[in-house]
Amino acid sequence: MFEKVWARHVVAEGPGGHVLLYIDRHLLHEGSTSAFGRLAKAGRRVRRTDLTFATADHYILTSGAVATDPEIRGMVETLGRHTAVQGIVYFGVDDARRGIVHVIGPEQGLTLPGITLVCGDSHTATHGAFGALAFGIGSTEVEHVMTTQTLWQRKPQVMRVTVEGRLALGVTAKDVILAIIARLGAGGGVGHVIEYAGSTIRAMTMDERMTVCNMSIEAGARAGMVAPDETTFAYLEGRPFAPRGDGWARALAAWKTTPSDPGARFDREVRLAASEIAPTVTWGTSPQDALPITGRVPDPAEAAEGARRDSMVRALAYMGLTPGAPLTDLKVDRVFIGSCTNSRLEDLRAAARVVKGRHAVVPAWVVPGSGLVKRAAEAEGLDRVFVAAGFEWREAGCSMCVGMNGETAGVAERVASTSNRNFEGRQGRGARTHLMSPAMAAAAAVTGRLTDVRTLAG
Amino acid sequence: MEPFTRVHAVAAPVDLPNVDTDRIIPARFLRKPRNAPDYARFLFHDVRFDADGAEKPEFVLNQAPYRGAKILVTAENFGCGSSREMAVWALDAWGIRAVIAPSLGDIFRQNCVQNGLLPVLLPPASVATLRRQLHERPGATIALNLETQTVTGPDGVGYRFEIDPFRKQMLLTGQDEIALTLGYEVAIAAFERRQGTEMPWLSAGRA
Ligand code: SF4
Repeated sequence: MFEKVWARHVVAEGPGGHVLLYIDRHLLHEGSTSAFGRLAKAGRRVRRTDLTFATADHYILTSGAVATDPEIRGMVETLGRHTAVQGIVYFGVDDARRGIVHVIGPEQGLTLPGITLVCGDSHTATHGAFGALAFGIGSTEVEHVMTTQTLWQRKPQVMRVTVEGRLALGVTAKDVILAIIARLGAGGGVGHVIEYAGSTIRAMTMDERMTVCNMSIEAGARAGMVAPDETTFAYLEGRPFAPRGDGWARALAAWKTTPSDPGARFDREVRLAASEIAPTVTWGTSPQDALPITGRVPDPAEAAEGARRDSMVRALAYMGLTPGAPLTDLKVDRVFIGSCTNSRLEDLRAAARVVKGRHAVVPAWVVPGSGLVKRAAEAEGLDRVFVAAGFEWREAGCSMCVGMNGETAGVAERVASTSNRNFEGRQGRGARTHLMSPAMAAAAAVTGRLTDVRTLAG
Repeated sequence: MEPFTRVHAVAAPVDLPNVDTDRIIPARFLRKPRNAPDYARFLFHDVRFDADGAEKPEFVLNQAPYRGAKILVTAENFGCGSSREMAVWALDAWGIRAVIAPSLGDIFRQNCVQNGLLPVLLPPASVATLRRQLHERPGATIALNLETQTVTGPDGVGYRFEIDPFRKQMLLTGQDEIALTLGYEVAIAAFERRQGTEMPWLSAGRA
């Protein structure tokens, strides 16, 4: 599949195995403002405004207020100005469609099978759930795409990760990807695109496939892809920017040729059994530091190799953990349900099912991935479930996933989070992040500690 | 962009694997303009300075022998995580010209070459040897020659590294990639015409 998408987008062969790759979709957010600035300075225009789309997510406040910090407010305002000048579709501040760039791309039908899609953000891999080749780029490359609609790329290797079997009750797509990252290691996918395959992946909804692809970068892979199928097509049909009528029929025919041919060869193959995957949480400061919730904080003394031991010691010190402690003994100070990994409607439903009839004992936020997710959740009454349970129901955005907008956790606060990164300082200087699924985060909110959601009966 | 030909300078060892770009530059500094006078201070900020802004003596770049380092020699997967190019800007502002590692985050590596920093990949054992020598002789220098694709360690032992000819040329000349690509206008326009006919549904923006 990767090979086909790649081959269809080669504009020219460059020197040394590089090709000039055409980009079908370019998504922008406030982080793109420096590239816009350089573009304007060079007196250039965005080449394909019809393939370029922008939204505000990283710097916008999810309280609904306008930022008082002039720099934070400036990031959003500058994006609005540049998109207006360039004539780009902008899902802006007061637009109900505004939201996290990786949530709204699919939601609007901008993300399509077989296309190339880039964004100045490493979680662009999310869009690979539709069989698109989607990857994150830096700011200079953003300017390059704005100007030329192309990128110089060297062909990556392709790894197939196959997951077979049925997931047990309480085990979610988030647990699948955390288990995959734990297996590959944080650098295991460097230089690779991952194709996710197998019956477990096939059985997943689009929301679930996006959760899996989203975290490809946490295994070092720049892109992750799932072959498009009937689930994909059903999701896309009727979306605002998806093809319609005659275009839909033609597109569908093209998309059906996207998946890998039987017998396709991969540079690397990895297999997992769904039955081996349990509800998973991270204990350390890399997404690879993941264990079943039934486990204990690992002991660096048992690490085989010196560098691994040193980084475990450092991670445990940062996280304030004692080797051997059961993970379910860890008290949390805060819960964050959101981010481009887990802020779609199905994620909020899963969390609400756990929360219903219970009460949060620590501060807990729910930050929908987009204005439309929020609206749909409210139509189902999910907001009332959360609010009745003492959760904060907020506006769409990245929020505490990265805290660029100032929404951060405090020093030494332990956070149960549905986001994708538990790096040192990711959710605020000194904040301690444990990654997990929405259901597990909801369980932590109502018990005040890391909790095996399967033990919360009914 | 400043061309990269050779650098012979003090190198600093970074021993932990998986140093992510959040650690290289924390999120709250990403909104600062690149020409901010104190940009170099953002580099590794939260591991370099304590909460009061005082230097942490245990951090490698705070130690006297490494203050003039222009080269980092790191463990695997340095620069993983977020695509923030500001990680490279901060390294550049501090004076780092090259990173030697067994592996680097893909986006980080790309961002390096876009800013004239040389990413050097060597086998893990060679990088471990270099780091050990830097610990044994703090302030020791490493010589990098892009033309000949060689790293010469503090003990005078040379290692050859691979880099693809395209990136090598861009780094050697300091050429602007956008200017280069604009020269491909005919090919790009031809691609767009063909795609416009075969996949007309792709053009979707209606601003
Ligand atoms: S939700 Fe988090 S990971 Fe996703 S785009 Fe926003 S900041 Fe990045």
